[in-house]
Amino acid sequence: MNGRPHREGDRLVELRQLTCAYRSAPVLVDVDLTVAPGQFSGVVGPSGSGKTTLLKAVLGTVGPRSGSVWRRPGLALAYVPQVETVDWSFPVTVDECVLMARTTRRLVPWASRDERAEVAEVLERLGIGELGDRHIRQLSGGQQQRVFIARALLARPQLLLMDEPTSGVDVKTRHELLHLLNDLNAQGLSIVVTTHDLNGLAAHLPHLVCLNQRVMGAGAPRDVLTADVLERTYGAEMEVLEHGGMPVVVDRYPGPSNVVPLRRSAAT
Amino acid sequence: MIDQLLAPFEFEFFRNGLAVATLAGALCGLVGVYVVLKGMSYIGHGLSHAIFGGFAASALLGVNVLLGAGVWGAASALMISGVTRRRVIGADAAIGVITTASFALGIALFAVFGGAGGSFDAALFGSVLGVGSADVWAVAAVWVFALAVVVLRYRALLFTTFDPEVAGVSGVATARVDALLMLVLAASILASMRVLGVTLIAAILVIPATVARMLTSSFAHMLVGATAIGAVCGFVGMNLSYHLDVQSGPTIVLVGATVFAGVFVATRQRGPAGG
Repeated sequence: MNGRPHREGDRLVELRQLTCAYRSAPVLVDVDLTVAPGQFSGVVGPSGSGKTTLLKAVLGTVGPRSGSVWRRPGLALAYVPQVETVDWSFPVTVDECVLMARTTRRLVPWASRDERAEVAEVLERLGIGELGDRHIRQLSGGQQQRVFIARALLARPQLLLMDEPTSGVDVKTRHELLHLLNDLNAQGLSIVVTTHDLNGLAAHLPHLVCLNQRVMGAGAPRDVLTADVLERTYGAEMEVLEHGGMPVVVDRYPGPSNVVPLRRSAAT
Repeated sequence: MIDQLLAPFEFEFFRNGLAVATLAGALCGLVGVYVVLKGMSYIGHGLSHAIFGGFAASALLGVNVLLGAGVWGAASALMISGVTRRRVIGADAAIGVITTASFALGIALFAVFGGAGGSFDAALFGSVLGVGSADVWAVAAVWVFALAVVVLRYRALLFTTFDPEVAGVSGVATARVDALLMLVLAASILASMRVLGVTLIAAILVIPATVARMLTSSFAHMLVGATAIGAVCGFVGMNLSYHLDVQSGPTIVLVGATVFAGVFVATRQRGPAGG
């Protein structure tokens, strides 16, 4: 996603002066963004900054109050919601969950041989090939994310939208997910993720958008993860250090002296 | 002993009632899976009460009860579906207003115009008396309709039930699927009302599906299991109704409640299947 103008063939989605609101409260204001083919972008911002609304505007489930959302005609989109919104007690196995993406009508409810082979192939590709018969609640956080990515991939999307994919997962799972998304992007899939995780996820992505109702900055992490952009985005002072060639964001706590200040031993 | 158990089968009204109860139990079990998983138990309860208004109006106007209550039920179902999707006011409050107003209208019509004491009790609590072959055909027709919807729209119904937002962006016409489900629910309540009664029908929508949920972690298995449990509750409950001389609705519900309690105790150590 970025602000520069594209030719039609260079873009999958374009938001122009987009303003969205729930009742009278604006959530997005005058947002100009473009998603190009092959792009891998992260959207960062505080809670309530409009990250999820931005994804929903791209999906078309939230309409613009003003401005416009343009999608390339015939664009195949897939959406992976936040895992917190999933009903984990719902009685579905991994196979049943992934097959939901096959929305074509059949005269019988069970999967065809081709569909079963497709599901097995996509689960294998994501490293969870042996889990098809498991109930979704019996999986780890990373495996649960992979199931929903598998469901999205079965729809053969050109653009994958993911809402907080690393929310609540451990470091190892986050690394595995990041590798997986990088691999998918390298295979040609365009990806947009929202995240709160500045250091664990956002700093590793090729492109970032800082959002707080308006776009506060867009570009490579090195260009937008700056103290100035982050303060405008989060409304709080932050310090950006460098570690191993990567930006590392730390809080600058201006509070009372009886609070132990943050240590910066990891800094170079 | 065997002779005693088989004695009621001599009577045509009992054979018809048993067929209707078994089919209605299976039907409510099947549809109940969606009711339970979508958290629509209150809608099922309310819709059965709403249909009572149509039942009363049809009985007093001399219109075919199935037709009149069916139109009334379909209108109520679509109204509830529309209100719950718009979320302008709380869905539970809106359903409470629409359905209890319809129920109250039914009671008021019976009170003002009278003359239908037997059918009034039968509609509220269910009765095997007077169940004819037309009732068997009616519930069988709704059963075929519901089965066709579940089979032909299996994935759309599953996706919409599990994750309506993602289903919508994945190309599923979720509003149409929800409306179709409400029509199936209304038709099921209407067809089952005769033997189960409007005040008790919600229990048979909920109990078989809940029991099946405790036993399986697969959606497909839950559909089959809830249908079978509902059919068994209807069959056993109707037989007990005859032998205990208690109305059919309460006995069928009590059989279901007993099955629920047994499965709940047997599975409480491990929680819901898959959990």
